[in-house]
Amino acid sequence: MVTAADIRSYLEEVSDPEIPVLTITDLGVVQQIYFQDQTWFVELTPTYSGCPAMQQIEADILVKLQEKGIANSKVKHILSPAWTTDWISEEGRQKLRLYGIAPPVNEPDKSALFSEPPRVACPKCNSEDTRMVSLFGSTACKAQYQCNQCLEPFDYFKCLK
Amino acid sequence: MQQPALFEYVLRIADDSLILGQRLGEWCGHGPILEEDIAMTNIALDLIGQSISLYDFAAELEGTGKNHDQLAYLRYENEYKNILLVEQPNGDFAMTILRQFFFDAFRLPFYEALMKSPVAQLAAVAAKSVKETRYHLKHTSEWVIRMGDGTDESHQRAQDAIDHLWRYTNELFYENEVDQTLQAEGKVPALSAIRTQWLSTVTNVLSEATLQIPTNDWKFDGGREGRHSEHMGYILSDLQYMQRAYPNMEW
Repeated sequence: MVTAADIRSYLEEVSDPEIPVLTITDLGVVQQIYFQDQTWFVELTPTYSGCPAMQQIEADILVKLQEKGIANSKVKHILSPAWTTDWISEEGRQKLRLYGIAPPVNEPDKSALFSEPPRVACPKCNSEDTRMVSLFGSTACKAQYQCNQCLEPFDYFKCLK
Repeated sequence: MQQPALFEYVLRIADDSLILGQRLGEWCGHGPILEEDIAMTNIALDLIGQSISLYDFAAELEGTGKNHDQLAYLRYENEYKNILLVEQPNGDFAMTILRQFFFDAFRLPFYEALMKSPVAQLAAVAAKSVKETRYHLKHTSEWVIRMGDGTDESHQRAQDAIDHLWRYTNELFYENEVDQTLQAEGKVPALSAIRTQWLSTVTNVLSEATLQIPTNDWKFDGGREGRHSEHMGYILSDLQYMQRAYPNMEW
């Protein structure tokens, strides 16, 4: 009989389709895993409400568990408590950096207009002399930045709290 | 249906999100600059995502086994309960940003209040969406200030957009027996308190932007009762085309 811990370890092999270096466990979207009515349930918290990756992640989880010989499994989406970037693991942050995406940093209060954008280190040269190009980027979770030192344009995984 | 007032209330929030998301999506590939094209479609995606969670909840309340797609795509015009503001045409960039700003300035305090609702699903959607809405309001507020306090032309366009859209803003606070029922049960916030917060945000940002709040208090409503402007039919014919032409299709 497999255990919830086994299932969790299988899910470490499922990656985020938009940021393939991150697994869904790095991302912190997997919550409770439990067995009920002959079925394994995996609770999943969406990152952003409209993130199209969530559907793909759900399908990938079911395929992965099938491969591992678990015939009956279901993914349950739960909204509360809402996901926050604080749930991205330390290992996940390191993987993001190596992949060229700056991980989230603590940001100033968003209600302040024209506030200084957060100081984000360039994932290539590590300089903190960078600038925000746009608050919105290639996916809901990212902002666009550029490094003033090495000129590298890069994505910043923005803080969601 | 056991809770018709709650069903109607959830549909309103979902329909506001869906229709505004659809409008913003029309900018895809047409934004004035690439970054804004991406920003508007990102905001559209958040709104449509919020509507999915709300339609799921509405479908559960309705209890007839429908899914969120059937609620989003297979109702008639008078069954949509969104306010008129969100269905107004995109116009120029100033019109789109001002429409979004008036909406975001309402949505933020609305969701903050709704987070305290004893209805768990409403509180959960609000807690999730409030984080996204903070980014939207920051973005649109900064644009309003840039345009208003920018060139003569950007100032004029922003002021024209305000003068045109102002008549639709009163409906953000429209209440009928649905609100009275749910407020009496302590399930949803009173919109009068939200109006105070909305007006304070709007006054501060417009004043910083050197733009004027119109003195004309001409106002329109009807959306919450299912009476829409002439634009709504065109939106729905785009929005519903696939489901009407190929019933029950899935991607």
